[in-house]
Amino acid sequence: MPFINFSKDEIQCKIVYYGAGFCGKTTNLQYIFSQTKEDIKGKMVSIDTKGDRTLFFDFLSLNLGKIRGFDIRVQLYTVPGQVHYDATRKLVLKGVDGVVFVGDSLKVQRKKNIESLINLAKNLAEKGVSIRTVPLVIQYNKRDLDGTDSEILPIEVLEKDRRAWAFLKRLGKLASWL
Amino acid sequence: MNIILITQKDLEKIDFCLNRMVSSSLAQSVLLIDRSGQLIAHHGNAPAIDMSSLSALTAANFGATAEIAKILGEEEFTLLFHKGRNENVYFSAIGEHVILVTLFDDRTSLGVIRLQIGKIIDELSKILSTIFEKKKVLTE
Repeated sequence: MPFINFSKDEIQCKIVYYGAGFCGKTTNLQYIFSQTKEDIKGKMVSIDTKGDRTLFFDFLSLNLGKIRGFDIRVQLYTVPGQVHYDATRKLVLKGVDGVVFVGDSLKVQRKKNIESLINLAKNLAEKGVSIRTVPLVIQYNKRDLDGTDSEILPIEVLEKDRRAWAFLKRLGKLASWL
Repeated sequence: MNIILITQKDLEKIDFCLNRMVSSSLAQSVLLIDRSGQLIAHHGNAPAIDMSSLSALTAANFGATAEIAKILGEEEFTLLFHKGRNENVYFSAIGEHVILVTLFDDRTSLGVIRLQIGKIIDELSKILSTIFEKKKVLTE
C-alpha cells in the first residue's frame, strides 16, 4: 500500500520482482542499480546468501523525481525463487503496490514459470490482493540467449503460458483464490 | 487499493512522542516504520544511516521472527534486541502495523530504553490506529 506523506510531500511505493529460481530477478535489480545516477538511488542491499541464490531478498530504493509536487520514492524488492522459500516470499509481498513477474525464456524453465505465476496469484490472494487488479508487468527475460546453445521459448509460447492460468481458472481446475 | 495518508498534524503528534523518547532515554535515534518496510517518521541524530535500507531490513527481520514465533506456538515476539560492540538496536511492535526502532549506544541502557518506550507506546498506538483507521474509511 502506498504511503502518502503530506508533511514531506512524498509518496512511497513498493514493487516486488517475482519469478522462478534463476530467472534473473536479482540481475534486474543489479542492472537498474548500475544504470541509474548516484543522486536518485540508495544503496543496494542483498542479504548474504553464501552463493548466488537469493535467500531472503534484495532491496533497492529509487527516487524518481516529482509528480504534481510529490517526491516519488520507489522501493524495489526481489524474492527468493526456490519453491521451498514460500514463507519468505509471502513476507516480502506484504504491502506490495506492484509486481514485475520475470519469466525465464529458457525452454527447461517453462513449467517453473507457470508454477511461479500461480504461486504469485495464491500469495497475493492471501494478502487480499487479486492478481487481476494489482499493477503487474510481465518481463520475458534472457531473450538475448536466442541463437546460442541454450534453447529458448518463442514469445508466442510464453504468451500462451501467461494466459494459461486464466484459462485453467475458467475451467475450474484451480482453487477459488484465482 | 489501500492507501496510508499521513497528514502534517499526524506527523507533528508522532514527532512529539519520538522527540520525548529521544530526550528522556538518551537514545541516538528512533524510527517508526510500517511492517511492509516503509519509513513513517524518524527523530534523533543518525545522519549517516541509510534509513530506507534499515526500514526494509527491520520489517523483514520482524516478519521472519514472527514466523519463528508461530513455529514455537507463540502468536508473535513483540520485541527484539540486537547488541553490538558500540551500537545497539531495540525493536518493539506497536499494534499490528508498526514497529518502533530505537538505536542507542553505551550512554544509556536497555532498561532505560524499555522504560521510556513503555511511557510513549500507548500514546503512539492511539495516533497510529487513527491513521490506519483512516485507511479503512478511504478504501471502503
